[in-house]
Amino acid sequence: MADIDVSGGDSGHKKGPGVKKAKKLSTRVDMTPMVDLGFLLITFFIFTTTMSTPSTMKLIMPKDEKDPKDQTEIKESGALTIMLGKDNGIYFYEGQIKPDGSNFQSSTYKDIRDVIIKKKAAVIENGRRLGYPKDTLDKDLVVVIKPNKEATYKNTVDILDEMTINQVHRFALVDITDDENMLIKATEQRNGVK
Amino acid sequence: MPSVKIPKKSTATDMTPFVDVAFLILSFFMLATKFKPPAAVTITTPKSVSAEKLKEQDAVLIEFDSTGKVYFTMNTKKAADIDLKRDLINEVNKNRNLGLTESEMQNFRNYSAVGSPFSQLKTLLALPKDQRDKVKQPGIPVDSTNNELTTWIAAAKVAFQGHQMFYMLKGDNNAKYPSFKGVLDALKANEEFKYKLITDPKAVPYGSDLYVKRSSGKEGNE
Repeated sequence: MADIDVSGGDSGHKKGPGVKKAKKLSTRVDMTPMVDLGFLLITFFIFTTTMSTPSTMKLIMPKDEKDPKDQTEIKESGALTIMLGKDNGIYFYEGQIKPDGSNFQSSTYKDIRDVIIKKKAAVIENGRRLGYPKDTLDKDLVVVIKPNKEATYKNTVDILDEMTINQVHRFALVDITDDENMLIKATEQRNGVK
Repeated sequence: MPSVKIPKKSTATDMTPFVDVAFLILSFFMLATKFKPPAAVTITTPKSVSAEKLKEQDAVLIEFDSTGKVYFTMNTKKAADIDLKRDLINEVNKNRNLGLTESEMQNFRNYSAVGSPFSQLKTLLALPKDQRDKVKQPGIPVDSTNNELTTWIAAAKVAFQGHQMFYMLKGDNNAKYPSFKGVLDALKANEEFKYKLITDPKAVPYGSDLYVKRSSGKEGNE
């Protein structure tokens, strides 16, 4: 590795007797330890630093209105309720839940986007028929998000993010009702979610 | 037979370009990254498409980890405002009759991350900063019967009077929804309805409405 240049020791031209030959030293330096050090520092920086600055997601919650008069009413045709359950389970129904729960469907976090897109398209179509102004065609669309006790924070953020992705302007984070919770429990049992 | 002599070549390689590359990468990492802020708990945040970057600002940071323990931290944008933390603990002390001593309040001023109920706050704040991180804190209670975070936020509102302040929520992926809801309830009880959720950035899915909006040049943030 470290090269010691020994060539050219005697091959120089003759000097007079008694004149000491200056030893010619190599100028080459062994770079290996320097590489070692460099990579050591790189690994140190990789482990101790954060690469990307985190982003912030705005969330604006409505005021809790106790008085039913002050609560916002939503059109049944434009409502989509998404429920979040255990083990990344996700369930939804459109409009109001039927007493027998026949419009209660389960979905996945992959497919829920299509459900929202389909619903949005249907609401826009309906808005067009009702003659709404062009830029508020989707004003009847309201997505109600109901996470239950078993849903994780990630699930909640994912679905809130889905609202931004699909440009749903009206959505609400609401507590789940007992009936809905029971439907989720029943579906979970059927699907073997522990 | 005259044999052909193969000249013996040296195996030593020139390491100089290697050094160049190593230090180039090193300087990249030094410039492009930031040191991880010291955190009492490790929290892996979920991802979102939000394009808004996290800024240094006057804020109340509420963290909840995977087991649902809630931590409260007060961040001030300017170092000169650090005495606001003093005001905050003073306010809490007054509201809850905790009987904290001057030095305990000074400890809070120096290091404000707290994750203990009021009943244990005095013992916690008596410890110096480096020992406080080692204590396993039970988290601030946020359940509907005893939501102590409400008091913290109310005190922060008093301390930050006249400042523009933000509520940062930083939750772990695996935190259950009730702890998030408890935090929201505490904020709502203080008539605070705007929050910022700290998330990791993620790419906007191709073809979605937001993608269309952003690529058309409009700001796609709600």
